[in-house]
Amino acid sequence: MTKSQKKLWIGLFILTLLTPLGVILPEKFKAGGAWGEWGAEELEKLVGYVPEGLKRLSELWKAPAPDYNFGGEGASMTVQVISYIASGLIGILAVALVIYVIARLILKNEK
Amino acid sequence: MHIPDGYLSPQTYVPLYGASLAFWAIALKKLKKELSVKHIPYLAMAAAFSFLIMMFNVPIPGGTTGHAVGAGIIAILLGPWTAVIAVSVSLIIQAIVFGDGGITAIGANCFNMAVVMPFVSYWVFKLIRGNAVGGARLSIAAFLSGYVGLSIAAIATGFEFGIQPLIASGADGRPLYAPYPLSVALPAMALEHMLSFSIVEGVVTVLLFKYFAKHESGLVYALKVKEA
Repeated sequence: MTKSQKKLWIGLFILTLLTPLGVILPEKFKAGGAWGEWGAEELEKLVGYVPEGLKRLSELWKAPAPDYNFGGEGASMTVQVISYIASGLIGILAVALVIYVIARLILKNEK
Repeated sequence: MHIPDGYLSPQTYVPLYGASLAFWAIALKKLKKELSVKHIPYLAMAAAFSFLIMMFNVPIPGGTTGHAVGAGIIAILLGPWTAVIAVSVSLIIQAIVFGDGGITAIGANCFNMAVVMPFVSYWVFKLIRGNAVGGARLSIAAFLSGYVGLSIAAIATGFEFGIQPLIASGADGRPLYAPYPLSVALPAMALEHMLSFSIVEGVVTVLLFKYFAKHESGLVYALKVKEA
Protein backbone atom coordinates (compact mmCIF):
# COMPACT_ATOMS: atom_id res chain seq x y z
CA MET A 1 0.00 0.00 0.00
CA THR A 2 1.35 3.41 -0.92
CA LYS A 3 1.70 6.16 1.66
CA SER A 4 -1.08 8.22 0.16
CA GLN A 5 -3.42 5.22 0.07
CA LYS A 6 -2.71 4.60 3.73
CA LYS A 7 -3.68 8.19 4.43
CA LEU A 8 -6.95 7.76 2.55
CA TRP A 9 -7.81 4.56 4.42
CA ILE A 10 -7.14 6.37 7.70
CA GLY A 11 -9.47 9.12 6.47
CA LEU A 12 -12.17 6.54 5.79
CA PHE A 13 -11.64 5.02 9.22
CA ILE A 14 -12.09 8.43 10.86
CA LEU A 15 -15.22 8.89 8.76
CA THR A 16 -16.49 5.58 10.16
CA LEU A 17 -15.97 6.77 13.73
CA LEU A 18 -17.97 9.90 12.88
CA THR A 19 -20.95 8.06 11.32
CA PRO A 20 -22.94 8.13 14.61
CA LEU A 21 -23.49 11.84 13.83
CA GLY A 22 -25.93 10.49 11.25
CA VAL A 23 -28.15 9.19 14.02
CA ILE A 24 -27.40 11.73 16.78
CA LEU A 25 -28.05 14.93 14.77
CA PRO A 26 -31.49 13.90 13.42
CA GLU A 27 -32.52 12.99 16.98
CA LYS A 28 -31.24 16.33 18.34
CA PHE A 29 -33.07 18.36 15.70
CA LYS A 30 -36.22 16.24 15.95
CA ALA A 31 -36.10 15.27 12.31
CA GLY A 32 -37.96 12.17 11.18
CA GLY A 33 -36.87 9.64 8.59
CA ALA A 34 -36.33 10.32 4.91
CA TRP A 35 -39.22 11.23 2.63
CA GLY A 36 -40.64 8.11 1.00
CA GLU A 37 -38.89 5.68 3.33
CA TRP A 38 -41.64 5.28 5.91
CA GLY A 39 -42.47 1.90 7.41
CA ALA A 40 -46.00 0.54 6.96
CA GLU A 41 -47.19 1.87 10.37
CA GLU A 42 -45.81 5.33 9.72
CA LEU A 43 -47.42 5.41 6.31
CA GLU A 44 -50.77 4.43 7.79
CA LYS A 45 -50.52 7.45 10.09
CA LEU A 46 -49.75 9.69 7.10
CA VAL A 47 -52.37 8.60 4.58
CA GLY A 48 -54.77 6.58 6.72
CA TYR A 49 -54.16 3.17 5.18
CA VAL A 50 -51.40 0.79 4.09
CA PRO A 51 -51.41 0.27 0.32
CA GLU A 52 -52.09 -3.41 -0.48
CA GLY A 53 -49.11 -4.00 -2.76
CA LEU A 54 -46.79 -2.14 -0.47
CA LYS A 55 -47.80 -4.30 2.48
CA ARG A 56 -47.09 -7.46 0.50
CA LEU A 57 -43.74 -6.39 -0.94
CA SER A 58 -42.44 -4.75 2.22
CA GLU A 59 -42.47 -8.12 3.98
CA LEU A 60 -40.32 -9.70 1.31
CA TRP A 61 -36.95 -9.24 2.96
CA LYS A 62 -35.84 -9.08 6.57
CA ALA A 63 -32.40 -7.47 6.66
CA PRO A 64 -30.02 -8.77 9.37
CA ALA A 65 -29.36 -5.26 10.69
CA PRO A 66 -32.15 -2.94 9.59
CA ASP A 67 -31.32 0.78 9.76
CA TYR A 68 -27.71 0.02 10.74
CA ASN A 69 -29.02 -0.90 14.16
CA PHE A 70 -28.27 -4.15 15.94
CA GLY A 71 -30.42 -3.36 18.97
CA GLY A 72 -33.83 -3.66 17.31
CA GLU A 73 -36.63 -1.15 17.73
CA GLY A 74 -36.38 0.98 20.85
CA ALA A 75 -32.62 0.51 21.15
CA SER A 76 -30.92 3.12 23.33
CA MET A 77 -28.83 5.86 21.74
CA THR A 78 -25.65 4.19 23.03
CA VAL A 79 -26.57 0.93 21.29
CA GLN A 80 -27.41 2.83 18.11
CA VAL A 81 -24.10 4.70 18.18
CA ILE A 82 -22.12 1.47 18.61
CA SER A 83 -24.27 -0.20 15.95
CA TYR A 84 -23.56 2.62 13.55
CA ILE A 85 -19.80 2.33 13.91
CA ALA A 86 -19.98 -1.46 13.64
CA SER A 87 -22.19 -1.15 10.55
CA GLY A 88 -19.72 1.28 9.01
CA LEU A 89 -16.86 -1.17 9.56
CA ILE A 90 -18.89 -4.12 8.24
CA GLY A 91 -19.92 -1.98 5.27
CA ILE A 92 -16.35 -1.03 4.40
CA LEU A 93 -15.20 -4.64 4.65
CA ALA A 94 -18.12 -5.94 2.61
CA VAL A 95 -17.82 -3.45 -0.24
CA ALA A 96 -14.04 -3.80 -0.38
CA LEU A 97 -14.39 -7.57 -0.53
CA VAL A 98 -16.96 -7.40 -3.34
CA ILE A 99 -14.81 -4.94 -5.29
CA TYR A 100 -11.73 -7.16 -4.96
CA VAL A 101 -13.72 -10.20 -6.12
CA ILE A 102 -15.07 -8.29 -9.11
CA ALA A 103 -11.61 -6.95 -9.95
CA ARG A 104 -10.12 -10.41 -9.70
CA LEU A 105 -12.75 -11.94 -11.97
CA ILE A 106 -12.30 -9.16 -14.52
CA LEU A 107 -8.53 -9.29 -14.53
CA LYS A 108 -8.47 -13.08 -14.67
CA ASN A 109 -10.72 -13.12 -17.73
CA GLU A 110 -8.15 -10.95 -19.42
CA LYS A 111 -5.66 -13.79 -19.77
CA MET B 1 -33.38 8.45 -1.34
CA HIS B 2 -33.25 4.67 -0.84
CA ILE B 3 -36.62 3.46 -2.10
CA PRO B 4 -37.84 0.65 0.19
CA ASP B 5 -39.63 -2.51 -0.93
CA GLY B 6 -43.28 -1.93 -1.72
CA TYR B 7 -43.11 1.65 -2.90
CA LEU B 8 -42.59 0.72 -6.54
CA SER B 9 -44.86 -1.45 -8.66
CA PRO B 10 -43.31 -4.35 -10.62
CA GLN B 11 -44.08 -2.32 -13.76
CA THR B 12 -41.54 0.18 -12.44
CA TYR B 13 -38.93 -1.85 -10.63
CA VAL B 14 -38.49 -4.52 -13.31
CA PRO B 15 -37.60 -2.08 -16.12
CA LEU B 16 -35.30 -0.19 -13.77
CA TYR B 17 -33.53 -3.45 -12.92
CA GLY B 18 -33.12 -3.89 -16.66
CA ALA B 19 -31.69 -0.40 -17.08
CA SER B 20 -29.23 -0.88 -14.21
CA LEU B 21 -28.19 -4.30 -15.51
CA ALA B 22 -27.40 -2.77 -18.89
CA PHE B 23 -25.26 -0.08 -17.26
CA TRP B 24 -23.51 -2.65 -15.04
CA ALA B 25 -22.68 -4.77 -18.09
CA ILE B 26 -21.19 -1.83 -19.98
CA ALA B 27 -19.40 -0.53 -16.89
CA LEU B 28 -17.78 -3.92 -16.23
CA LYS B 29 -16.70 -4.14 -19.85
CA LYS B 30 -15.13 -0.67 -19.65
CA LEU B 31 -13.53 -1.51 -16.34
CA LYS B 32 -12.05 -4.67 -17.80
CA LYS B 33 -10.44 -2.61 -20.52
CA GLU B 34 -9.12 0.17 -18.31
CA LEU B 35 -8.65 -1.29 -14.85
CA SER B 36 -5.09 -1.73 -13.76
CA VAL B 37 -4.09 -3.47 -10.55
CA LYS B 38 -2.97 -0.24 -8.97
CA HIS B 39 -6.43 1.23 -9.34
CA ILE B 40 -8.25 -1.53 -7.47
CA PRO B 41 -7.62 -0.02 -4.00
CA TYR B 42 -9.10 3.30 -5.20
CA LEU B 43 -12.17 1.51 -6.48
CA ALA B 44 -12.60 -0.21 -3.10
CA MET B 45 -12.07 3.07 -1.27
CA ALA B 46 -14.62 4.80 -3.49
CA ALA B 47 -17.25 2.17 -2.69
CA ALA B 48 -16.40 2.39 1.03
CA PHE B 49 -16.61 6.18 0.93
CA SER B 50 -19.99 6.11 -0.74
CA PHE B 51 -21.23 3.58 1.81
CA LEU B 52 -20.11 5.74 4.73
CA ILE B 53 -21.20 9.14 3.43
CA MET B 54 -24.74 7.84 2.99
CA MET B 55 -24.86 7.05 6.73
CA PHE B 56 -24.50 10.74 7.59
CA ASN B 57 -28.17 11.62 7.80
CA VAL B 58 -28.54 15.38 7.64
CA PRO B 59 -31.61 16.61 9.52
CA ILE B 60 -33.95 19.33 8.36
CA PRO B 61 -34.98 20.56 11.83
CA GLY B 62 -38.46 19.25 12.59
CA GLY B 63 -38.67 17.70 9.15
CA THR B 64 -37.12 14.85 7.25
CA THR B 65 -33.54 13.66 6.87
CA GLY B 66 -31.41 13.04 3.82
CA HIS B 67 -27.80 12.48 2.93
CA ALA B 68 -25.07 12.95 0.36
CA VAL B 69 -24.21 10.01 -1.94
CA GLY B 70 -20.68 10.76 -3.09
CA ALA B 71 -21.32 9.63 -6.66
CA GLY B 72 -20.31 13.02 -8.08
CA ILE B 73 -16.85 13.19 -6.59
CA ILE B 74 -16.26 9.51 -7.43
CA ALA B 75 -17.20 10.21 -11.06
CA ILE B 76 -14.81 13.17 -11.18
CA LEU B 77 -11.98 11.19 -9.58
CA LEU B 78 -12.38 7.79 -11.19
CA GLY B 79 -14.71 8.38 -14.13
CA PRO B 80 -18.48 7.93 -14.37
CA TRP B 81 -18.36 4.26 -15.38
CA THR B 82 -16.19 3.35 -12.42
CA ALA B 83 -18.58 5.32 -10.20
CA VAL B 84 -21.45 3.16 -11.51
CA ILE B 85 -19.74 0.07 -10.09
CA ALA B 86 -18.48 1.61 -6.84
CA VAL B 87 -21.81 3.17 -5.82
CA SER B 88 -23.85 0.14 -6.98
CA VAL B 89 -21.80 -2.22 -4.82
CA SER B 90 -22.35 0.03 -1.84
CA LEU B 91 -26.12 0.30 -2.50
CA ILE B 92 -26.50 -3.47 -2.89
CA ILE B 93 -24.79 -4.17 0.44
CA GLN B 94 -26.93 -1.48 2.09
CA ALA B 95 -30.09 -3.13 0.79
CA ILE B 96 -29.22 -6.72 1.62
CA VAL B 97 -27.50 -6.34 4.98
CA PHE B 98 -28.97 -3.14 6.39
CA GLY B 99 -32.40 -2.95 4.77
CA ASP B 100 -31.57 0.55 3.49
CA GLY B 101 -33.43 0.46 0.19
CA GLY B 102 -35.56 -2.49 -0.88
CA ILE B 103 -34.45 -5.70 -2.56
CA THR B 104 -36.98 -5.19 -5.34
CA ALA B 105 -35.83 -1.57 -5.59
CA ILE B 106 -32.11 -2.30 -6.01
CA GLY B 107 -32.40 -1.65 -9.74
CA ALA B 108 -34.23 1.63 -9.18
CA ASN B 109 -31.93 2.85 -6.43
CA CYS B 110 -28.84 1.97 -8.44
CA PHE B 111 -30.32 3.67 -11.48
CA ASN B 112 -30.98 6.90 -9.54
CA MET B 113 -27.87 7.10 -7.39
CA ALA B 114 -25.30 5.01 -9.28
CA VAL B 115 -26.20 5.77 -12.91
CA VAL B 116 -28.10 9.06 -13.23
CA MET B 117 -26.11 10.80 -10.54
CA PRO B 118 -22.52 10.03 -11.59
CA PHE B 119 -23.20 10.81 -15.24
CA VAL B 120 -25.04 14.06 -14.55
CA SER B 121 -22.33 15.07 -12.08
CA TYR B 122 -19.59 14.24 -14.54
CA TRP B 123 -21.22 16.16 -17.39
CA VAL B 124 -21.86 19.18 -15.19
CA PHE B 125 -18.24 19.17 -14.08
CA LYS B 126 -16.96 18.97 -17.67
CA LEU B 127 -19.39 21.63 -18.87
CA ILE B 128 -18.63 24.20 -16.16
CA ARG B 129 -14.93 23.47 -16.11
CA GLY B 130 -14.50 24.17 -19.80
CA ASN B 131 -10.79 24.52 -20.44
CA ALA B 132 -9.87 25.82 -17.02
CA VAL B 133 -6.89 24.10 -15.41
CA GLY B 134 -7.17 25.69 -11.98
CA GLY B 135 -8.72 28.40 -9.88
CA ALA B 136 -12.21 29.18 -8.74
CA ARG B 137 -13.81 27.84 -11.89
CA LEU B 138 -12.76 24.29 -11.02
CA SER B 139 -14.16 24.64 -7.51
CA ILE B 140 -17.45 25.97 -8.83
CA ALA B 141 -17.57 23.11 -11.32
CA ALA B 142 -16.98 20.60 -8.50
CA PHE B 143 -19.63 22.14 -6.23
CA LEU B 144 -22.27 22.24 -8.96
CA SER B 145 -21.34 18.75 -10.05
CA GLY B 146 -22.36 17.37 -6.66
CA TYR B 147 -25.27 19.79 -6.24
CA VAL B 148 -26.90 19.16 -9.62
CA GLY B 149 -26.10 15.43 -9.64
CA LEU B 150 -27.87 14.73 -6.35
CA SER B 151 -30.77 17.04 -7.22
CA ILE B 152 -31.42 15.28 -10.53
CA ALA B 153 -31.17 11.88 -8.80
CA ALA B 154 -33.76 13.10 -6.27
CA ILE B 155 -36.03 14.31 -9.06
CA ALA B 156 -35.77 10.91 -10.76
CA THR B 157 -36.68 9.24 -7.45
CA GLY B 158 -39.59 11.64 -6.89
CA PHE B 159 -40.83 10.88 -10.40
CA GLU B 160 -40.70 7.12 -9.75
CA PHE B 161 -42.64 7.58 -6.50
CA GLY B 162 -45.12 9.94 -8.11
CA ILE B 163 -46.14 7.78 -11.07
CA GLN B 164 -47.14 4.85 -8.83
CA PRO B 165 -50.75 5.98 -8.22
CA LEU B 166 -51.14 6.28 -12.00
CA ILE B 167 -49.86 2.74 -12.56
CA ALA B 168 -51.64 0.63 -10.03
CA SER B 169 -54.65 1.02 -7.77
CA GLY B 170 -56.86 -1.52 -6.04
CA ALA B 171 -60.57 -2.18 -6.49
CA ASP B 172 -61.28 0.57 -3.95
CA GLY B 173 -59.34 3.08 -6.04
CA ARG B 174 -56.54 3.37 -3.51
CA PRO B 175 -52.98 3.24 -4.83
CA LEU B 176 -51.32 -0.17 -4.38
CA TYR B 177 -47.81 1.19 -3.93
CA ALA B 178 -46.32 4.63 -3.15
CA PRO B 179 -49.50 6.61 -2.43
CA TYR B 180 -48.49 10.20 -3.18
CA PRO B 181 -49.16 11.62 -6.66
CA LEU B 182 -46.53 13.35 -8.81
CA SER B 183 -47.76 16.77 -7.67
CA VAL B 184 -46.65 15.88 -4.12
CA ALA B 185 -43.77 13.42 -4.57
CA LEU B 186 -41.83 15.35 -7.19
CA PRO B 187 -41.67 18.72 -5.40
CA ALA B 188 -41.09 17.02 -2.03
CA MET B 189 -38.05 15.11 -3.27
CA ALA B 190 -36.74 17.95 -5.45
CA LEU B 191 -37.08 20.78 -2.93
CA GLU B 192 -35.71 19.06 0.17
CA HIS B 193 -32.64 18.13 -1.82
CA MET B 194 -32.14 21.41 -3.64
CA LEU B 195 -32.53 23.43 -0.44
CA SER B 196 -30.51 21.18 1.80
CA PHE B 197 -28.92 17.82 1.03
CA SER B 198 -27.58 18.79 -2.39
CA ILE B 199 -25.73 21.71 -0.79
CA VAL B 200 -24.04 19.20 1.53
CA GLU B 201 -23.20 17.04 -1.49
CA GLY B 202 -21.74 20.08 -3.28
CA VAL B 203 -19.58 21.03 -0.31
CA VAL B 204 -18.32 17.46 0.14
CA THR B 205 -17.56 17.28 -3.59
CA VAL B 206 -15.60 20.54 -3.72
CA LEU B 207 -13.61 19.79 -0.54
CA LEU B 208 -12.56 16.36 -1.73
CA PHE B 209 -11.88 17.65 -5.22
CA LYS B 210 -9.55 20.30 -3.81
CA TYR B 211 -7.74 17.71 -1.71
CA PHE B 212 -7.19 15.37 -4.64
CA ALA B 213 -6.32 18.13 -7.11
CA LYS B 214 -3.63 19.26 -4.69
CA HIS B 215 -2.23 15.95 -3.45
CA GLU B 216 -3.11 13.36 -6.10
CA SER B 217 -3.71 15.33 -9.26
CA GLY B 218 -2.44 12.42 -11.35
CA LEU B 219 -5.37 10.37 -10.16
CA VAL B 220 -8.16 12.76 -11.10
CA TYR B 221 -9.91 11.21 -14.10
CA ALA B 222 -11.81 14.33 -15.14
CA LEU B 223 -8.58 16.31 -15.36
CA LYS B 224 -6.71 13.90 -17.57
CA VAL B 225 -9.31 12.49 -19.93
CA LYS B 226 -10.08 14.67 -22.93
CA GLU B 227 -13.41 13.15 -23.83
CA ALA B 228 -15.89 11.20 -21.72
